[in-house]
Amino acid sequence: MRSTIIEATEPVASDIDDRVGSTLTLVAPVGLGLFPLGIGFGVLVVHAGLPWWWATVSTGLIYAGSLEFLLIPMALTGTPLLAVAATALVVNGRHVFYALSFPLQQVRSPLARTYATFGLTDEAYAMTAGPQAQTWTTKRILVLQLLLQSFWVAGATVGALVGTRLPLDRLQGLDFALTALFVVLAIEALRATRDLRTAGLATLCAVAAQAVFPELMLLAALSVFAGLLVARSALASRKPADA
Amino acid sequence: MPDPGYLLGLVLVSAAITWALRAVPFALLAPMRRSPLIGRVSAQLPLGVMLILALSTVRDVAFHDTDRAMGFVLAVAVTIALQLWRRSSALSIVAGTATYVLISTALASP
Repeated sequence: MRSTIIEATEPVASDIDDRVGSTLTLVAPVGLGLFPLGIGFGVLVVHAGLPWWWATVSTGLIYAGSLEFLLIPMALTGTPLLAVAATALVVNGRHVFYALSFPLQQVRSPLARTYATFGLTDEAYAMTAGPQAQTWTTKRILVLQLLLQSFWVAGATVGALVGTRLPLDRLQGLDFALTALFVVLAIEALRATRDLRTAGLATLCAVAAQAVFPELMLLAALSVFAGLLVARSALASRKPADA
Repeated sequence: MPDPGYLLGLVLVSAAITWALRAVPFALLAPMRRSPLIGRVSAQLPLGVMLILALSTVRDVAFHDTDRAMGFVLAVAVTIALQLWRRSSALSIVAGTATYVLISTALASP
């Protein structure tokens, strides 16, 4: 799928290495965090009293980490679906901002676009938001997303089937891989933009949201941050009769 | 075990809303893509989103446990230092995680 030459606006080499092996190298360190997190989820599913396959179905079809953890007690107590819908809206509301930077224009077929949007998790966004990803091929983006989900589904299934029999509590803290991923990508974004003011603004939003809405920290922080960016940008370019 | 029909409804509702939240904004934003304002904002967004996501994971650290919290701080420092020095994301993530796992596991052992 490399017949089209994309006019890149970024000074990035146009020859994208979209072999599966190369994408796996990119995803593996993040998978290192997602797999054990999935095991933790699978163990929790079975411990709570849900059937083992719920771990596979949930990670395969819903595929939204924090919501899936919240759904376990809701499923057990038979929470009305309207309340489930409200929870899904609030917990995953932050994803609406990801459309601004995710390179969906690089994904060519309707089916591929359906999966690319379905699999637009925090991790998938994090790994595709940089300028280098704006010239990636359909194959590289989809393989990256499929691999990310595979680590999550496989971890959850393993956890639900055998997790209770493994000495998993011996090795603690593997989920730090996700913290490290976001730290690394923040450094790279800062290196690319040198935009310390935006970094400071985001930090303030995170700290304030944690203080005021601890339960809704991500949604609150991202909404306020995105709102402030729009306002700042609008003020900076205030021209008469500019809609 | 809850009724399978109810579980199916739960999956459908959750999946539909999650997917809609991820997909619909692309359709809404498509006409705005050429706007310079949206262009600027979408260039500034990733840095802030990464910082906010990174900071959101700090909440899960048990700060009443000073030993573990210091382990977390040290692991973040290792991650940042390696990324600034070698600029290899895989190396920084693996080394930072290994640092945190070693410290947490050592602290958890009796």
